[in-house]
Amino acid sequence: MSDEQKILIVGAGPAGTRAAELLSGRGLRPIVVDEAPASGGQIYRRQPPGFLRAARLRYCFEAAKAEALHACFDGLTERIDYRPDTSVWSIEDNVAFTLGPGGVERIPFEALILCTGAVDRVIPIPGWTLPGVFTMGGAQIALKAQGCAVGRRVAFLGSGPLLYLVAYQYARAGASVAAVLDTARLGDALPVLPGLFAGGSLLAKGLWYQNWLRLKGVRLRRGVLPVAIAGEERVSGLRYRSGNGRERRIECDAVAFGWGVKSECQLAELAGCEMRFDGAARQWLPVSDDDGRAGVAGVYLAGDGAGVMGADAAEYRGELAALALLSERGAAVDDRRRRYLKARLGRLTRFRIAIDRALPYPDGLAAAQPDDTIVCRCEGVTAGDIRHGQSLEPAEINRAKAYTRLGMGRCQGRMCGLAAAEILAHHNGVGLAEIGRLRGQAPVKPLHIGIAGQAARDDPDRAASI
Amino acid sequence: MSRIESEIAVIDTEIAVIGGGIAGLSTALHVALRGVPVVVLESRQAGAAASGVNFGGVRRNGRALAELELAARAIEIWHRLPELVGNDCEYSVTGHLKVARNDDDMATMAAHAEAQAPYGCAVEMISRNALMARYPWFSDAAYGAAWCASDGQANPRLLGPAFARAARANGADIREHEPVAALEKDGDGFLLRCDSGLEVRARQVVNAAGAWGARVAGWLGEAVELWPMMPQMVVTEPAPYFIEPALGVVGGDVYVRQIPRGNIIFGGRSGTADLDEGFGHAMTEEALGALQRTALVIPRMAEMNIIRLWSGVEGCTPDQLPVLGPSATTPGVIHAFGFSGHGFCLGPGVGAVVAELALDGETRTAIDAFDIRRFQS
Repeated sequence: MSDEQKILIVGAGPAGTRAAELLSGRGLRPIVVDEAPASGGQIYRRQPPGFLRAARLRYCFEAAKAEALHACFDGLTERIDYRPDTSVWSIEDNVAFTLGPGGVERIPFEALILCTGAVDRVIPIPGWTLPGVFTMGGAQIALKAQGCAVGRRVAFLGSGPLLYLVAYQYARAGASVAAVLDTARLGDALPVLPGLFAGGSLLAKGLWYQNWLRLKGVRLRRGVLPVAIAGEERVSGLRYRSGNGRERRIECDAVAFGWGVKSECQLAELAGCEMRFDGAARQWLPVSDDDGRAGVAGVYLAGDGAGVMGADAAEYRGELAALALLSERGAAVDDRRRRYLKARLGRLTRFRIAIDRALPYPDGLAAAQPDDTIVCRCEGVTAGDIRHGQSLEPAEINRAKAYTRLGMGRCQGRMCGLAAAEILAHHNGVGLAEIGRLRGQAPVKPLHIGIAGQAARDDPDRAASI
Repeated sequence: MSRIESEIAVIDTEIAVIGGGIAGLSTALHVALRGVPVVVLESRQAGAAASGVNFGGVRRNGRALAELELAARAIEIWHRLPELVGNDCEYSVTGHLKVARNDDDMATMAAHAEAQAPYGCAVEMISRNALMARYPWFSDAAYGAAWCASDGQANPRLLGPAFARAARANGADIREHEPVAALEKDGDGFLLRCDSGLEVRARQVVNAAGAWGARVAGWLGEAVELWPMMPQMVVTEPAPYFIEPALGVVGGDVYVRQIPRGNIIFGGRSGTADLDEGFGHAMTEEALGALQRTALVIPRMAEMNIIRLWSGVEGCTPDQLPVLGPSATTPGVIHAFGFSGHGFCLGPGVGAVVAELALDGETRTAIDAFDIRRFQS
């Protein structure tokens, strides 16, 4: 295949794996670039070679799916151009710029399937920058991949599907679970029970984890309002208000917190995808149709990076995007398979909507944080800076960025951007969409000048002089 | 600006300014300070184009002689920013080094330094040994330098909004997301039609439309060649502060400054832009060469990480001097565009000059070299 016909898949999680499987099965040889040393994505992240924790401990009910996906990918390596430990940090003019063990490389492509996944959604609360505080996903990765707990006595705070699962995994691994504090109330789940049943076993699993924890005597609380993570040098406790409004404190040496995940879409933005505010997701998302076509020639989106729907959906969406790509090239595709995948996806979509209502993101929690709460941890910008920084009307997040340095640090707003937008929107009495978004720019992640400079293509005379 | 006001479809004013960059916003402030009604029509966000995304240099070192008087006037305003706009915009007099690559560069810069002296701008030539003694972090590629202690740097993202806010506080009407579609004579004044349907009647018009300034001049039958230029910037993660002066290497490819926070901002060559779309895009391919060559000058930077690229659109004239002064065809119109990459430093002074031209019919600052008629053969 010549350069001009290359297919590039970014990400080797559930979506990227299924896309690669389909395309390689049709005699194409996609390039698969993945940041991790092994395939699986975050959800099915593998342990390093030589680590021997059983799959059922690492992936629980999902162990069989994880192992199937890993086996699928491992079976492809002869038929794909696989580049692990490699990240894509820019895309322009149908070229992806990567950073991997060999330095910076350019990958020209004709078609691109972005399977960039998702990252924890955090709400900055007082004390969240203390050592010992981890995002929920980070805490799970530590255990899943490295066999490490983030603390001896860990409190779990947030809402979303990971909350009880990770607490369960920690307890099973021998860590002491100080408490599981759910900001969702039981009442949130009742009106959407029919939708939850659309997820079938997913609902049962969630209840099973809760029951297991309860039977082990773990403190489970719903409808809590976090007040602060306490500690001087590192975490020593967590203060919260219980459903009846009384303030409580639990002792712990680590906190895992998070409210679901948000799509990682910087590369889609750099690839030219139209970005649109999604009210349910509370973030700007790249636009794509339900086959994954992004509206930019040759660009397809799949998996949680195109809107969070979970790992099962990501497998379907990866395959659908590959099917769309094939049919765009005039290849015959199995229409029945496509309809089947879409039907499965539809069912998961209904479940997703119900999940989001049953385990709601706590509207107003970010906006309610006191002025001295650090929001942008890279630059030490507080909620008060965002609210009261000298600015020009109307409020807009890039303007707040200019005045406060919010989002100007190493993470470029990936961690704090959404919470900052909520604080700004609430303070100014406008909707989130009106606040705008922190625009993605290259490099998507920090890039070493010395290494990247070696890839410059100046003619030798020019390169040698200044 | 009240919501009710923004629903009025016709505005009568004295002076309408097309373009809410630093030139237009400074004009609005200086006009408003004299109690004269002024409206700014900005197609996007105030101070968001070239004014907001440039390097942030505030310097006279190496500047064209024709611009030195205007630059001096601007720098006098830069020093007064806290009183004038309530924000120092991180303006800091750090000095500026123009770095030579060879003997020829040194000779050229020495001659320029001598020519600058009568303008009250002291520039000192520094030998290679002295340069290395002062700034041991330079590589051998630095051959010597011209040093201007009175130069400085500032944060471009703060300047435009600060002027806009101060102008509003003094009664100026700053309208964002209000692109102007047409400019017509209307009695003894002008009528400006915006894409939104808004109409503005004004006695005088200021063309401060930056990279789009030639389009406005074209409406008046004044042809000016204006190329879009898209300077691209790169910024590193914070690093220990060691580069106090702003610096640029002769030839223009390498220019660098560090802010006390620790981030190093440096030139990344050129981005790309579509004038109809309205903004610049960063270009990764271009930036790679800049990374390499900047690290050749300051080797310590090779060990740092960059975290962002950005670019913006500016208008460049054939002689790289601005168009500043009355229209040659249309009395009542004043041009202030085409700053060719020099507009950030000059901008605050440009507004003072344009306000004088509009309200007094003359200015005390020499601007003859910027007359639009120089492009009309």
